[in-house]
Amino acid sequence: MSNSKFTRRGMLKTGAIAGAGVALPTIFTASSVAAYTNEPTGGSVTLGFNVPQTGPYADEGADELRAYQLAVEHLNGEGDGGMMNTFSSKELQGNGILGKKVEFVTGDTQTKSDAARASAKSMIEKDGAVMISGGSSSGVAIAVQGLCQEAGVIFMAGLTHSNDTTGKDKKANGFRHFFNAYMSAAALAPVLKNLYGTDRNAYHLTADYTWGWTQEESIAAATEAMGWNTVNKVRTPLASTDFSSYIAPVLNSGADVLILNHYGGNMVNSLTNAVQFGLKDKMVNGKNFEIVVPLYSRLMAKGAGANVKGILGSTNWHWSLQDDATKAFVKSFGTKYGFPPSQAAHTVYCQTLLYADAAQRAGTFNPCGIGEALEGFEFDGLGNGKTLYRAGDHQCFKDVLVVKGKENPTSEFDLLEVVEVTPAGQVTYPIDHPMFAGGALGTCNAG
Amino acid sequence: MDAILLQILNGLDKGSAYALIALGLTLIFGTLGVVNFAHGALFMIGAFCAVTVQRILNISFETVDPTQTDFLGNALIVKTPYLEAWFGPETGGSIIDWAVPLAILFAIPVMVFVGFAMERGLIKHFYKRPHADQILVTFGLAIVLQEMIKFFYGANPIQTPAPEMLSGIVNVGAIIGMDIVYPVWRIVYFFFSLLVIGGIFSFLQFTTFGMVVRAGMADRETVGLLGINIDKRFTIMFGIAAAVAGLAGVMYTPINSPNYHMGMDFLVLSFVVVVVGGMGSLPGAVLAGFLLGILESFASMNEIKSLIPGIDQIIIYLVAIIILLVRPRGLMGRKGVMEE
Repeated sequence: MSNSKFTRRGMLKTGAIAGAGVALPTIFTASSVAAYTNEPTGGSVTLGFNVPQTGPYADEGADELRAYQLAVEHLNGEGDGGMMNTFSSKELQGNGILGKKVEFVTGDTQTKSDAARASAKSMIEKDGAVMISGGSSSGVAIAVQGLCQEAGVIFMAGLTHSNDTTGKDKKANGFRHFFNAYMSAAALAPVLKNLYGTDRNAYHLTADYTWGWTQEESIAAATEAMGWNTVNKVRTPLASTDFSSYIAPVLNSGADVLILNHYGGNMVNSLTNAVQFGLKDKMVNGKNFEIVVPLYSRLMAKGAGANVKGILGSTNWHWSLQDDATKAFVKSFGTKYGFPPSQAAHTVYCQTLLYADAAQRAGTFNPCGIGEALEGFEFDGLGNGKTLYRAGDHQCFKDVLVVKGKENPTSEFDLLEVVEVTPAGQVTYPIDHPMFAGGALGTCNAG
Repeated sequence: MDAILLQILNGLDKGSAYALIALGLTLIFGTLGVVNFAHGALFMIGAFCAVTVQRILNISFETVDPTQTDFLGNALIVKTPYLEAWFGPETGGSIIDWAVPLAILFAIPVMVFVGFAMERGLIKHFYKRPHADQILVTFGLAIVLQEMIKFFYGANPIQTPAPEMLSGIVNVGAIIGMDIVYPVWRIVYFFFSLLVIGGIFSFLQFTTFGMVVRAGMADRETVGLLGINIDKRFTIMFGIAAAVAGLAGVMYTPINSPNYHMGMDFLVLSFVVVVVGGMGSLPGAVLAGFLLGILESFASMNEIKSLIPGIDQIIIYLVAIIILLVRPRGLMGRKGVMEE
């Protein structure tokens, strides 16, 4: 006989209580330390910059990375401070964000949605990034924005122009500084009316993916509203390289305006092909034939060379603007790298500063706190004049530039000239506008 | 009617590039039995030969112009090409303007050398390996080559215009009383490709070297037994095939600004062309190149697209499937090639 008072039932009870006791502090620790995803606990905070480092947009991605590096330097108090000196909010002191030194990791989106999601996931899970920013395509931006929403980190979009990013695919954790297709159309329409009149026949060639569709819809709606007739809307495969078989039918279509809803390499090739077929010098219906490129990228326009001369389009920002903020940014970037920044570089620099400022004002890196600080935030001094981060859809509303390919460029960077700065009021739309309908912002996710 | 003629022209012009690349692929396959997935990269390297020549001709000296400022507000540094300084702005400018045609002279030796180096340095080690191994190694090589080009030239397209004299449009319909305008350079490209194709066929048909190569393609073993070093000749053919792809690339640059992945864009299409034409058949490759070019152009017509949406994206593959079902060896394929 044993004198032991231990019984099987007693052992199980004790074990269960002891197990729960051991586990309890861990549960509390987990919830108390990680109040939100990747809460920075040391002396530094890590930001994740997800840009195309390989693939056709690698040069644009490289320019974005340069701007991120510059922004991080400025946030940490190095360099000349750039647009931190002109930014209307004076919360940033050059001592990092909330006193923590800013560090960053980079990922390669390859301009492919799956690769971009994988690199963003890795930066969040392995590197502890508290915010993800970047990209050079709307397909990628929408994919990564969705991932950040699920992961509980803030996504500060880079170059994404589709209406859907802050339309049907908007997310509470996602914010876009860059303008969109609707804004391009709203800014371009009055200029097109003044220069080319109201009696025009437009032919659209459109890249067959989310950005192309929203661009085409926006421009067609804006031009039809001012009396233009849309002759045809032709979708072209994104992988197209030679657009001649799509350009040839334009010649006999009766159209007198060709609208190229193409970006990047597609834009370079379709514009080059259109000029090759003599469209720029053609007369139709007693009028000069005109070509319009609604979204310009200066970096890419270089590939089209002299073909861009006189062609109208829009951009989010251009280095030749003469406001103090632009001058400060161009000086800072130009001195460090030897050439002026692109619009992609500008928007990601702004996004980094805006994130840092929001964290500073909110006093936390919690994405919900930052989101709240960004929502409805009005600011100035970042190169686009007075700007509003609208609370309802997380889209920035600011002036839009209508630009034209320069006739006599003085350097390889001097490709575009600003024709008009369209005020923010003219490009603002109601939050329930049909082109942005569907989807919901939802609630912020802190992880 | 105008639209149909225009698309035929367009198809011939697209087909020119397909035919040239497919011709090179078939030459390599027919002689060495290698499925060369790096052939698109050779086309791309050819295009970058034109970019290189353009850059060489534009080598400039810098002068400071205090009357103008750069983007930072400093005095503008003006670059003047040495050629313009030496020969005057007019003559120097004309030489620079003809960079693309001049690049042909540069590209031929460069491409032959690249071809030799590829064949001797890498591909010869894979002759006796299965086709899958050859595909993997040449595909890997293609990626390495395009990344090298990207490292030196960047990812963005680089404009390389045609000479001004050849960059306008011409009314090709004037002869038959119609109004069909077409870019001059694209017509130049078409005739250039005919010239190259004619040259290759004549070389194979009318020279002793060509005769030996053809004999080798038909029965390598017997030719070897006759004491002829067929391997050496096949290496030279690899160089020639590389030069053909390179020339196709050089002349293509004014049509579309070259970028580092342009070879990949053409590679898959060219393989389809080779398969449709018949593996190992040179006339088949040329015929299929022009045929698929024309069909692709017609499929892009709005009238056709409205009948069958998306046909422009699948036409080439659809035709390939139909032809392979009806004629499994392709249009002009020979019995015994790629068959166990």
